[in-house]
Amino acid sequence: MSNTTNVMMGGVGGQGIILASEVLAEALMAAGLDVKKSEVHGMAQRGGSVRTDVRFGPKVWSPLISPGGADLLVAFEQLESLRYLPYLREGGTAFVSTQVIVPTTVVGGAGYPADVKERLGKRAKRVVMVDAPGLAAKAGNVRTAGIALLGAFAPLLPVPDEAWEVAFAAKIPGRFLEVNRKAFQLGREAGV
Amino acid sequence: MKCLLSGNEALARGAYEAGVRLATAYPGTPSTEITEAIISYPEVFAEWAPNEKVALEVALGAAMGGARALCSMKHVGVNVAADPLMTAAYTGAAGGLVVVSADDPGMHSSQNEQDNRHYARLAKIPMLEPADSQECLDFMRLAFDLSEHFDTPVLVRTTTRVNHGKSIVTPGEPLPARQTGFTRNPPKYVMVPNNARRRHVVVEERAQALRGYSETTPLNRIEWGDKGLGIITSGVSYQYVKEVAPNASVLKLGFTWPVPAELIRTFASQVNRVVVVEELDPYLEEQVAALGFKVEGKSLFPIVDELNPGLVAAGLSGTPAPSAAPEADLPGRPPVLCPGCPHRASFAAFKKLKLIAMGDIGCYTLSVLPPLNAIDSCVCMGASIGGAHGMSKALGPEAKVIGVLGDSTFVHSGITPLVDMVYNRGTATVVILDNGTTAMTGRQEHPATGKTVRGEPTVRLDLEALCRAVGVKDVQVVNPCDFAAFEKAMASAVSHQEPSVVIARSPCLLLTRERGKPVTIAEEQCVECGLCLQLGCPGLMAEQGRKRELRPVVSEELCVGCGLCAYVCSRHAIKEAGRE
Repeated sequence: MSNTTNVMMGGVGGQGIILASEVLAEALMAAGLDVKKSEVHGMAQRGGSVRTDVRFGPKVWSPLISPGGADLLVAFEQLESLRYLPYLREGGTAFVSTQVIVPTTVVGGAGYPADVKERLGKRAKRVVMVDAPGLAAKAGNVRTAGIALLGAFAPLLPVPDEAWEVAFAAKIPGRFLEVNRKAFQLGREAGV
Repeated sequence: MKCLLSGNEALARGAYEAGVRLATAYPGTPSTEITEAIISYPEVFAEWAPNEKVALEVALGAAMGGARALCSMKHVGVNVAADPLMTAAYTGAAGGLVVVSADDPGMHSSQNEQDNRHYARLAKIPMLEPADSQECLDFMRLAFDLSEHFDTPVLVRTTTRVNHGKSIVTPGEPLPARQTGFTRNPPKYVMVPNNARRRHVVVEERAQALRGYSETTPLNRIEWGDKGLGIITSGVSYQYVKEVAPNASVLKLGFTWPVPAELIRTFASQVNRVVVVEELDPYLEEQVAALGFKVEGKSLFPIVDELNPGLVAAGLSGTPAPSAAPEADLPGRPPVLCPGCPHRASFAAFKKLKLIAMGDIGCYTLSVLPPLNAIDSCVCMGASIGGAHGMSKALGPEAKVIGVLGDSTFVHSGITPLVDMVYNRGTATVVILDNGTTAMTGRQEHPATGKTVRGEPTVRLDLEALCRAVGVKDVQVVNPCDFAAFEKAMASAVSHQEPSVVIARSPCLLLTRERGKPVTIAEEQCVECGLCLQLGCPGLMAEQGRKRELRPVVSEELCVGCGLCAYVCSRHAIKEAGRE
């Protein structure tokens, strides 16, 4: 497992996780790495909790990350960061969007946790909260929050600028390219 | 040129490279994208069939006509197509016929997790199990060659992690699509008993030949390593094995019916410990055990749910698997009906009228979840109607029983049970939730949308005329988002003792993308009764109440202003934009 890096992305169906993970996987391939990605379609996309596993390195076997195996946890929503926290290895890194989406199950019973960053800190060595919705709005389109978040952790990845460019061109329709590039750049500046 | 493809995209590419002429399917997770990917190849005739049985019959007909044909479906679709499948094994498939069964261990989007490898054994047809996207492409090409060579349908069996996993693929050169034509051959194609008796002998002779092929195919290979541990595996489980036991000896099986008995003997006799790693049933394990070897498998790994590297490592070492369970106090986030979904309005009416609702397969199955809690059964495609008819016969004609299903599901398997209900003097009500698409699998066309898989216009199936034609006299078409009118129509339909159909027609919001302005709540009027929150709409959030436990707060981002919450509000505290 040592040669493979594991990125787990979690959030709410409809937040653009699949697009962000597509761009990430394409960029890793363009950087000359082996890459595998796994997710679930169908029922999971109806506003439920969703996860995408991205693994890369010289040679990748499993498409799935085991609990405790993720080097990097990327959450598009605060509560979802805690749901997938058991997948992060002790001492790993978490990038979490400040976005809050209250689930319909918060009708009595368990409430929305108020101490997300503290709980993450118990397992993660480094927790970076990213104002992805704010950055996306600044870029000019609120739907680019996922790409802004991707920009925030991009400096941690062995992916040169040219490879990101290849991935953007492959996965993002022409008319949305510029706004996504801008969101990515704003994320990159915010994450460092 | 290398590219990153999902297993489904690679299966479509492999079929295209093999010169496939016809591809047919009914949408079903995790198989849907095979057909969606194949329409990028204009040479291929592609179609959505009304169900998997029809799809397989179409594909078999094409293969009899000398063309290569692909038929893909999810695991439970094979149950629907099992009738033609069993006898297609007898007729053979001259032009080449490949059936994809996309299984769903873990039931990410399914009603059961049956292991369809048993079908290959039952039908006595060869089975291939790819382990990543490159193998999806390569195995699909080979599957067509095998189908033609052995004159048999071939089953390509995948699982969710293969279908929806993406990995790097090097595509090949496409073969020209061939068409060898139809050669009349009644003893082979007309399965009356006298012909079928002779064909059964052919099936058994072919099985013998396939056993020989299984021994020599490069799809089955030994990767020698440390001979202390020998692992036999197939499909995605192979990836988990290589991940966690890189030094073990591995027998990787890509051709899994018939299994290669001699190769297994060679492998098992040279290692100290034989372990089978496979998801779901002990399909390989039992066949290895039958060869007389001491083998471990389901004693180490779970028979339920899908595997992952952590579970495989834990099973091999006899240690507990790492837990993926989040902290217990986290609120869950199950999938929900979209804000403004017309189905929510329908189910709110059923609940208000206290109907027994026999449900079906589709987005609307989500209405079983709290707080809506609005359906009483869900079994398989079309089961709502037969179920409602049976239930109303059991409870008597006074009972208010409905069978409720979507438009695509009705076309798939709802027509024959409706005929049954009318013919046998049933009294239940059938509600067709007609949102103009196959929503759950990602909005595919179907016969009642009037468009083909490529979006081209075609003859539209007229649902109301169809229901009348089978003998239902009381057919109403109502928009469920016209809340009061729909409630009235439902009350009327369930009140009289004859079969009735209500077509609840309102388009899926994912199709129209229509959004109204969010509702507003007059706080001084709200008594925090909770009726609106019982709708389970993501557009309404529950916050700490001032008077009682919880009060509704509108989510400006999610509310589309459908007004259902305003309709159910006991105090008229919720206002629709532009309405007083």
